[in-house]
Amino acid sequence: MSRIDLRNAAKIGLMAGVAAASVSAIGMVQTFDERDLITNVLTLGQVLLFAASVLAGYQAAQQHTAAERGRTLLTGLIAGFLAALPVLGLVLLTALFPNIRTKLVNVSATLIQILTFGLGPSLGSLLLAAVMTLLGVGGSLIHVIPSRISRPIIIGLVSTLVLGLLSEVLLGVLRPLVGSQVTGLLFGTKGLRLVTAAVVFLLITSGYWWWSARGEEDMQLRLQAQNPERAQRMRTMRVVVGIVLLLILPFILGTYLTEVLDIVGLFILMGLGLNIVVGYAGLLDLGYVAFFAIGAYVMGILTSQSALGLTDISFWMALPIAVIVSVVAGLVLGTPVLRMRGDYLAIVTLGFGEIIRVLATSDLLKPYIGGAQGILQIRKPQIGSFQLVQPEEFYFLILAGCALAAFVSWRLSDARLGRQWMAMREDEDVAEAMGIHLVKTKLLAFAIGAGFSGLAGAIFASRLSSIFPHSFNLLISINVLSLIIVGGIGSLPGVVVGALVLVGLPELLREFAEYRLLMYGALLIVMMIRKPAGLWPSAVQQRELEGVGEETDTFPSERALHPETHEPMSEQVVEASTTTVRGS
Amino acid sequence: MSILDARNVTKRFGGLVAVNDFSFHVPERSIVSIIGPNGAGKTTFFNCVTGFYEIDEGEILFDGMSISGKSPDQITQLGISRTYQNIRLFAQMSAIENILVGMDPRLTSHWVGAVFGTQHTRMEEQQALHDSTELLRFVRLRGKGDHLASSLPYGDQRRLEIARALASKPKLLLLDEPTAGMNPRETAQTTDFIKLLRDELGIAILLIEHDMRVVMNISERVTVLDYGQMIAEGTPEEVQNNPEVIEAYLGRGAAAHV
Amino acid sequence: MAQALRRIEIDFVDLFLWLFRTAIIILVIWGTVAKVFFGVGTEYSTAAWIDFTIAGIAQGSLYALIALGYTLVYGVLFMINFAHGEFFMSGTMTATVFVAIPLASAGYLDSNPFMSMLAIMLTAMLVSVGIALLTERVAYRPLRRAPRLVPLITAIGASFFWQYFFRGLYGSAVVPFPNIPIFSGTIEIFGLEILRTRLVVMAASIIMLVGLYFFVMRSKTGKAIRAVAEDKDVAALMGVNVDRTIAITFAVGAAMAGAAGILYGLMFGQTHFFMGFVPGIKAFTAAVLGGIGSIPGAALGGLFLGVIEAVGPPLFLEGLGIPGAHQLKDVIAFTMLVLVLIFRPQGIIGERLAEKKA
Repeated sequence: MSRIDLRNAAKIGLMAGVAAASVSAIGMVQTFDERDLITNVLTLGQVLLFAASVLAGYQAAQQHTAAERGRTLLTGLIAGFLAALPVLGLVLLTALFPNIRTKLVNVSATLIQILTFGLGPSLGSLLLAAVMTLLGVGGSLIHVIPSRISRPIIIGLVSTLVLGLLSEVLLGVLRPLVGSQVTGLLFGTKGLRLVTAAVVFLLITSGYWWWSARGEEDMQLRLQAQNPERAQRMRTMRVVVGIVLLLILPFILGTYLTEVLDIVGLFILMGLGLNIVVGYAGLLDLGYVAFFAIGAYVMGILTSQSALGLTDISFWMALPIAVIVSVVAGLVLGTPVLRMRGDYLAIVTLGFGEIIRVLATSDLLKPYIGGAQGILQIRKPQIGSFQLVQPEEFYFLILAGCALAAFVSWRLSDARLGRQWMAMREDEDVAEAMGIHLVKTKLLAFAIGAGFSGLAGAIFASRLSSIFPHSFNLLISINVLSLIIVGGIGSLPGVVVGALVLVGLPELLREFAEYRLLMYGALLIVMMIRKPAGLWPSAVQQRELEGVGEETDTFPSERALHPETHEPMSEQVVEASTTTVRGS
Repeated sequence: MSILDARNVTKRFGGLVAVNDFSFHVPERSIVSIIGPNGAGKTTFFNCVTGFYEIDEGEILFDGMSISGKSPDQITQLGISRTYQNIRLFAQMSAIENILVGMDPRLTSHWVGAVFGTQHTRMEEQQALHDSTELLRFVRLRGKGDHLASSLPYGDQRRLEIARALASKPKLLLLDEPTAGMNPRETAQTTDFIKLLRDELGIAILLIEHDMRVVMNISERVTVLDYGQMIAEGTPEEVQNNPEVIEAYLGRGAAAHV
Repeated sequence: MAQALRRIEIDFVDLFLWLFRTAIIILVIWGTVAKVFFGVGTEYSTAAWIDFTIAGIAQGSLYALIALGYTLVYGVLFMINFAHGEFFMSGTMTATVFVAIPLASAGYLDSNPFMSMLAIMLTAMLVSVGIALLTERVAYRPLRRAPRLVPLITAIGASFFWQYFFRGLYGSAVVPFPNIPIFSGTIEIFGLEILRTRLVVMAASIIMLVGLYFFVMRSKTGKAIRAVAEDKDVAALMGVNVDRTIAITFAVGAAMAGAAGILYGLMFGQTHFFMGFVPGIKAFTAAVLGGIGSIPGAALGGLFLGVIEAVGPPLFLEGLGIPGAHQLKDVIAFTMLVLVLIFRPQGIIGERLAEKKA
């Protein structure tokens, strides 16, 4: 294209601008502004705001070839400037109607101060427009600079920002190791010091540049030169190092981070269970939290020291009972939905989840499970005379649970049952025609998934010593579903990655808490449209993505869904109906 | 002796009679075809045999035993397997996994055994993998076991589907328009391949086609269905010269097929 | 031997389902008998029972209005638009915050109640339609050809996205819907004291339901919608703009939801960012009850669900001696959903539109 496509640039710019104004209006910019990435220089809120201009510039300038420098940059400029307009509109609106805050609760004076760099509406607006326009140009610049230069810079920038984001965590880990004098030099009160950031940026950028200049081929050659025996030994080494690392992790991280890790671990455990139900067997279960609740309540009723406690057995006795009850619940709740189609199944399981929650809060069951007041004084696990109380101690229990669940999932995914599940997920009718017993196969998926979740619930109850019905709401199910989808559906490492990103990060960065579900929602949409295989796709998906490399942007299952495109029109309505009645 | 014996089978969908009082049998080790124009009820009959539809009247015997009222998985366990008119592979599974799923009725290992990695499970999996690789070779897909089924070329997908159907070691194989969407050369290859199947494996094959030429080449007997009713039955030559058949085909836009 | 075992397993599922259904029927009958003949639980006057029923009908007509959106979209796309409850919420909250409350404080609600209501409702409908079109364009349209669960997952994503987006805009507190004097209090009809709001809700719902029915059956756009529902490819060949028709379907459903939201505000006097979720699922239940894909079905399903939810707890749940029976009305709704989907997926009156295409 030789001319500037003004309409396209305007569309992209304004869309980005509306997005930027929206995240400002819903309070994200202000909340995230409290997180310094680089002390006194850059906050997460600003990054959020400015990312819109950079992306707008980048996206709008994409149509030009690298040779058309002037046009590329001009397009970026236009997009960047237009991206600023809606934000300026928000500032103007607030200046004109100061009481807008009574309507939009998050449009506050603080927000306007952030948007205008504390310079007041008129001067600040000009500066904001200038900055956003320039960043739009910056975004388009990526197309102009050769990638061997721009790539290291982008990687350096992003890594520095991520490091800044995690500086509080790093500070917590580093301070006991190197002392507060050293950390004081590196970090400000919040975020990296400017100097540190500059050094980090330079190091990473030059490091990456050097590495890529040496050429990946060189590395590849050296890797290939290794004999298979050595490669095998390397792999064993890596596994051993990984296990050792997992075992000493709580001692490195300290109590606070280990607690976060415990929560992540419980979600991994649930995620592994739901991965069997959704990822392997293709049954979209939205009421998965029910089994978590059942596991927790069984543990509570069996071991509570309060009046609600039925027995006085130990944690270790109650644990298998909790799991078995959850498995039975999985079978009982699974049976009614056996013959339902995929989307109906989702809504009905959601209904089951809600029924369990309503029952848990109701007066009907209050004498047994405590209603809204929940169950208190649940026992801690005890080994000999040693009681597990601290997060570090629970860590090992949760780790063992996750390891068990991961092992079972891994073994099953490679076995006959795993194939039966996947065949059923792909095409229920054909799976049945291949001799697979659908009832048994589905129920096994529900039961095993419920078992993992019940295990997580039982540990959860004991960890907190008290449980309340409101902890078991639908959001947990959505949380688990999001993490397996973002991680990569049907992929075991994907569950871990998903849990770390979707549960770990928001736990670490409290600013995320309020916007957690907003981001989950957006992520679910983006992942389904852009990257349905997830961040860490399952092995089969990975082969597909790396393999032939054709049609990477079409949906992987698209061809599976429309095999008849090869065909002359099929026999008729009656006969066609046999091919279109399918599970998913 | 007949491997499949259908007696007065009727299947209705509301007011529409898709298969009407249809009697039919397949001798052992034979290739028998059902032909007929679109919408004649051929696939519906397949679905009745494989248990996907319940028949309204009549009876279907397999190997001398009634299979009416049995579920699709049970019928497959007894020794009938099938392919589909519009290929229905497990798209997101690899070629070898597809065959392994087809082999499922022959496997006995339990999932608990798989978790503990028992001797029996490991042996069986090894054997199954070996057999599947053999089957892949047999359908000329050697070395493509790791490919996703959906990424294979069209002809390969057809043959993979046949391999999947063979994996359960059926006594009767139902092929639903195996040459649909193929060019003449591929069609000829497939026809030879079907003959080879019968000769090498000694199984009976029931074929649905609406391409007359395919059928005439390889079938021992041909049955013609029209509007759910049998209008002719006999050797290919007999059927070919039957005036009713000619009318059914030529009378209604046969130009597309001939 | 193995064969025999298999047969027993399948029968076991049927047996389980049969037991499940029978148990629920017995419980309902038992509770009703205990209540009616033995007076278990609180005793209600006839007027109270009539009041329960009318409350149920009013609530049910809201379900019906929301259910239209599910039914229309399911009709054309065979997709459960999980975010529909959020369309309902977004319009309502926006109209409440930006139109209803300012009008109330300016005194227009008292002096010009009908014009004000019209303005509020139109705003709500417009915003709901806008959100629906945006969602359809961004989250659903790119996935038209994807496997069925994929758009359902994006719909769940969209649902939570909008919930928390509007929570960010208007806060997590309850926003009261202003009181409109002319609609408050009771009115006497045939010797019955009826809350005026309920009457307004019922009247408005009937008008809209009938209007929509004729729109879909008679207008050109309605015909296009039905053509797309029948067969997208053929409709496209006949010159129907499929994408546009699908967008219109979303818009029509969302407009109904927006209007229903204002009626909801009128009836319950409050709006909240989470207000769309439970009514959304209930309305879906109503759509399934009546036979998804059918407009009269949605209306009947909504009314049926509303009434049984209102009358059920005081009748058979109290009859069973359950304490705090009203807490369990959601359980009744979800149990009905499960029962219908297991035993009569085509709905109480529905023809099998869903199954034919599904």
